[in-house]
Amino acid sequence: MLLNSEIKKITHGIFKGILILGLGLGLFACADQKKELDGAAKSIFSGECVKESNETIVIYSGRSENLILPVIEAFVCETGIKVDTRWGSSTDMALLIDEEGSKTQADIFLSRSPGPVGYLDGKGYLDPISSDVLGLVGEQMRSANATWIGFSGRQRVLVYNTDQFGQDTLPSSVFDLTSQEYEGKVAIPGSNGSFVDWFTILIDQYGEQIAGDWINQMANNGARYYPNNRSIVEAVGRGEIAMGLVNHYYNYKISVATGPEHKASNYVFKDNDIGGTLIISAAAILDSSEKVSQAENFLSYLLSPQVQTYFTETTYEYPIAAGVQPNSILPELEAFEIGSIDFDSLGEGFENANKLVESSGILNQ
Amino acid sequence: MTGIKSSMRSPVPLKIGVLGIAFLFSFPAGYLLWRNFTGDTASLKLLNKTQVLSPLQRSLILAVSVSLTTAVIGILLAWLTTRCDLPGKRMWKIILPIPLVFPSFIGAAAFIRTMNPGGFLNGLLSEIGINNVIEIRGFFGAWFVLTLFCYPYVYLPVAAKLRHLPSSLEETSRVLGFSPLKTFQHVVFPQISQILYAGTLLVFLYTISDFGAVQLLRYDTLTRSIATAQLANKSLSLALGLFLLIIAGVVVFAERIVSKSSSNIDQKEIGPPLEYGLGLWKLPSFLTVCLITLLALGAPLLTLSKWAADGLRRGAGNGQPLTLDSQQIWESTWSTLSISVVTGLATILAVLPIAILISRYRSRVGGIAHSLVIATFAVPGILIALSMRFWSLQTDWAYNLFNNTKALLVFSYVVRFGSLAMGVVLLSVAAVPKNLEDVGRTLGVTKISRFVRVDLPLMAPGLGAAAGLVILSTMKELPITLLISPLGFSTLATRMFLSFEEAFIAEAGILAVILVGLSSLLTWILVIRKSAHL
Repeated sequence: MLLNSEIKKITHGIFKGILILGLGLGLFACADQKKELDGAAKSIFSGECVKESNETIVIYSGRSENLILPVIEAFVCETGIKVDTRWGSSTDMALLIDEEGSKTQADIFLSRSPGPVGYLDGKGYLDPISSDVLGLVGEQMRSANATWIGFSGRQRVLVYNTDQFGQDTLPSSVFDLTSQEYEGKVAIPGSNGSFVDWFTILIDQYGEQIAGDWINQMANNGARYYPNNRSIVEAVGRGEIAMGLVNHYYNYKISVATGPEHKASNYVFKDNDIGGTLIISAAAILDSSEKVSQAENFLSYLLSPQVQTYFTETTYEYPIAAGVQPNSILPELEAFEIGSIDFDSLGEGFENANKLVESSGILNQ
Repeated sequence: MTGIKSSMRSPVPLKIGVLGIAFLFSFPAGYLLWRNFTGDTASLKLLNKTQVLSPLQRSLILAVSVSLTTAVIGILLAWLTTRCDLPGKRMWKIILPIPLVFPSFIGAAAFIRTMNPGGFLNGLLSEIGINNVIEIRGFFGAWFVLTLFCYPYVYLPVAAKLRHLPSSLEETSRVLGFSPLKTFQHVVFPQISQILYAGTLLVFLYTISDFGAVQLLRYDTLTRSIATAQLANKSLSLALGLFLLIIAGVVVFAERIVSKSSSNIDQKEIGPPLEYGLGLWKLPSFLTVCLITLLALGAPLLTLSKWAADGLRRGAGNGQPLTLDSQQIWESTWSTLSISVVTGLATILAVLPIAILISRYRSRVGGIAHSLVIATFAVPGILIALSMRFWSLQTDWAYNLFNNTKALLVFSYVVRFGSLAMGVVLLSVAAVPKNLEDVGRTLGVTKISRFVRVDLPLMAPGLGAAAGLVILSTMKELPITLLISPLGFSTLATRMFLSFEEAFIAEAGILAVILVGLSSLLTWILVIRKSAHL
């Protein structure tokens, strides 16, 4: 055992060395901090940074660093409130908060879709947001009991391969995809968060019977399961499968990244069809937070015109705070009217939706 | 378990130390038991037939198939690169372990992109008239891709063992006129069978715990059920997690029985291993190794570097700028390197006492610790991460000491990957000849100093291979890093995952290429040092 402690000492030394080096780098980075921002953050705030305060808020972000970090940098620069962030998938972050309970460090949770915030809301982890902040978005873009607020929107669309189909041969409603014409041609991200959220809305609007029939008929019609939006858009772009139900913005991003070899376009179902529902990404404040006013400050910042503009220009999502125009390459939004949906009931509907999808057998084809 | 029988009673401090280590390794199992049996619903009752049986069946079929093929490929590659006059041996030693470093979500995605309809290789093949290439998906796809990414679990330990087999038995066999094949079958194979079983067991357990590859290749296994149930039906997901652990326990138990019954030849002398001439087989062998490398490393790398190159070109031109700067890249490269090397060392330290206890003293305590370490590998990473968070929150004392520390992160990695080191370390300890101990004792050196000066150098190659497995696996780890790391800590793998999730594929490509480069550099350093050492 003596030997073990010897070796432990050595590794302890190595660890210390790494820690010291890390600290050194950290200090260096601090000392080197500029008074103004650069890169993407500069497009959000180009003025001179205020002095950093000693207040820190912690964000658990289910949306990626690539997208949110410039917003945080601009926020820190403009307000002086420091921010620490844990990045991860929305589901994982919700599970972590559930495990941590009242001991969680998180003040704010950012989620890619309403499902994970609904889950935390159902368990009573969320604090109501003040009406000043809630007022920044329309009633349809926030939860009825004020526990979370939307900050960007993505529309459900049908992405299709342009070599295999034209706009005029596509159905006007998502319900028509069960017809023989589309047998074996439709990809469905059955286990994906946004899809399950959408399917929950479908149940809410049309009832369990119709929604269940639809997913069963899709399965019988040879619809194929893919794990997420990204993999569907990528496969449609290659022509591996003709079309798929996805969020609109992946196609723009993958087109930009891969160029003309990606042969896919978005198609929006006609006449306010439920297939074109707007799914929003959501922000919430934890009940255990002791920095509610700073956290609300950040939420308002997410909904400020400059950040909303940044979102739509960088990720091709729809801005949802008043007055900001969508990215010029996006079609005008004619989304399914979701005003009548009680989002808080979705949290409970989530499990039911998953059950219906699972029992249709679509996840295994 | 071992060739060295000893009637010595195990030293009490060692036994207590191993008990302590076993306690730490029991955190995930303890968490799953606690959550399943203290919740408000009796969650094991949730396991109904349809939800469990068919995904379970698929998980098992896949795991057995992948285990069999990786065993064959692993042995073949190990034999060719350590004991035959294969051209470019040193290069292969550096390249062959690399596929292990692909996080399965991006490795599988890149593989699909290259091989499936509309992909580069697919297009190339149809130009020369091959049109009906099998599509990489479902069972076939999952089996194919996991075989290619998992063979290093077998290859690395078997190669380490082959490099250090004594030549005398093989020489005798050849002198007696047996063909190389017969010699392999009757002399070499019995000596590597234990390490082969250990490596194959890791592949089996990895396959049933994998989520990234099977979900992209659309093969519906138990881990998919766990993932879907996580928010919608948490109790079910926890029950399934416990179920996986129980399966793993049964398989580990079975492996121990098989392993015990297989013969183990005491090594009386140590000399350079025999090398065989491949003769006519040289070209086919070389081409086989090339083909495996092209598929396992070339196919995904082709797409990843194309994504990276397109992104860089776009960033340099007028297109949309990259959402990743050089400081972030440097920072996550350094984090990845430092945390994985520290984890490699820490893991060896954690499993070495267990290996010594089993191998020198045949202790039951050691056996139990060993099974626990190995079976934990079947628990999906997300459940290990949640269990670590759960235990670290149980007392204020632990919370204050460990919250937001890298120590907790390294500890979690060690629990996740201890199994990778266990088998190889055990055999390295067992391979140290007993008579060296006696020599040491007559020369009057202390136990400790003998261990450091005699035993450790003899174990070094095995320990190196074990650390290598752990390091490469830590470099690609995701759920634990995302959930347990200090706030603001990122590795190449986490940044890659988050970029990819939101379709920033150029950024993901750049990070993946750097990860492959970094791991090549590491294996190169290990190989160079080892060759100088021998």
